[in-house]
Amino acid sequence: MSIIDLTWWELALASLLVLALAVTSHLARLGMARSLLVAAARTVVQLALVGLVLEVVFELGRLRWIALMSVVMLLVAGREVMARQKYRLSGGWAFGIGTLSMFISAFSVTILTLTVIIGPDPWYMPQYSIPILGMLLGNTMTGVALGLDRLTEGVRRQRALIENRLMLGQSWSVAVGEIRRDAVRSGLIPIINAMAAAGIVSLPGMMTGQILAGTPPAVAVKYQILIMFVIAVGTGFGTLAAVSAGARRLFDSRERLRIDRLTAR
Amino acid sequence: MSGSNPAGDLKLEDVSIGELEPVSLSIATGEVVCISGASGSGKTRLLRAVADLEPHGGDCLLGDIRQSETPAHRWRRQVMMVPAESQWWHETVGEHFDAEAEAEAGGAPADALQALDLPDEAMTWSIDRLSSGEKQRLALIRALVREPRALLLDEPTANLDAESIRRVERWLLEIIQHRELPTLWVAHDAEQIRRVSNRQFRIRDGRLRES
Repeated sequence: MSIIDLTWWELALASLLVLALAVTSHLARLGMARSLLVAAARTVVQLALVGLVLEVVFELGRLRWIALMSVVMLLVAGREVMARQKYRLSGGWAFGIGTLSMFISAFSVTILTLTVIIGPDPWYMPQYSIPILGMLLGNTMTGVALGLDRLTEGVRRQRALIENRLMLGQSWSVAVGEIRRDAVRSGLIPIINAMAAAGIVSLPGMMTGQILAGTPPAVAVKYQILIMFVIAVGTGFGTLAAVSAGARRLFDSRERLRIDRLTAR
Repeated sequence: MSGSNPAGDLKLEDVSIGELEPVSLSIATGEVVCISGASGSGKTRLLRAVADLEPHGGDCLLGDIRQSETPAHRWRRQVMMVPAESQWWHETVGEHFDAEAEAEAGGAPADALQALDLPDEAMTWSIDRLSSGEKQRLALIRALVREPRALLLDEPTANLDAESIRRVERWLLEIIQHRELPTLWVAHDAEQIRRVSNRQFRIRDGRLRES
């Protein structure tokens, strides 16, 4: 089965529909026309640029270029995690904890998947490694950001409660235990929902893409299951690591709650 | 019973926090030292420093146990602060006692409930329905069943009516004397200070002075 390429001219037709939506929303005074058009334009520019970069990386197929691209993706994800938190740890800790936990979980799970399960030759073959890492990072990022946001927000709101528990002689990890568990849970809920609804409510994007590209549905399904599992593992461990490190940082060596280590956005 | 085996005096050595000038003070076993001062003068923060809840200068001693050399949660277990506004995190009152209390008394503080005019069913009450006065009395019981060796009380009768105030004072003084607990007691009311304190201090212009 061969893939039907799209021409830019055909995409322009689709963009006319977006334009029609923008005009309609303008007439309906939704006040969204502008942001809709800006977002649509960003999609075009960003994806076109990524396409160019991927073409080059795929062409070269060298480990060092793939590694460089991975690091850039990781740093952008780390910045995004930080930007999504209302109250964040100051002094670079928000970026550091988010980035490190994503690195540990997303990278190790990607490498494990490539070497042990899929097994392309060479193992870092960009056609496999880049999309898998991208999907893992994207989902882990959501989990880590949600978890850390929930943690810092909860600690700030329940400061008096945590301190009362400390006054009664509880250790810091007991005093913050419920908030920490809550934070990890909220980071894991999206992927659990996605797995529960997969195939019934929505056809996952990657599977759709593979089928469009001519892969037999049976193969696409297997890849989708693998990806779902891998994302769950990556998100779970990443969120756990980030929330644990974040909670630890909110207390000092004397087990005092250090709200002053948070800055509001 | 640990009441017969007091841990010793509570000593503050050059404790400094916020705007307050360094405080040195020794509170004997069974002694109540009252602290008063305008709101915002740093009374609560001084208690927080002694409980090691905030970074501060100086050090504290309970008997020969040094704050800076004791794991923080163990220090707070012995030098226990009861805040003006108590916090509750489980559904019912009793859950705050059972598992964690580890008190030899077994966690069912029937005598204490009776002494503070609370029924035995208070342990099954849901937190939502507690009045501020009930919370305050239950918070004191919750702290004391853990058998601390020193007390830091932040306006322990602020939310109570006149009758309950006297009741709580009597109950606290009896325990403080029986268990020989050195006690720092932040209070507003001059009458109360006169009733409960062995010595009294006032914070004025950032300094703690005996009065």
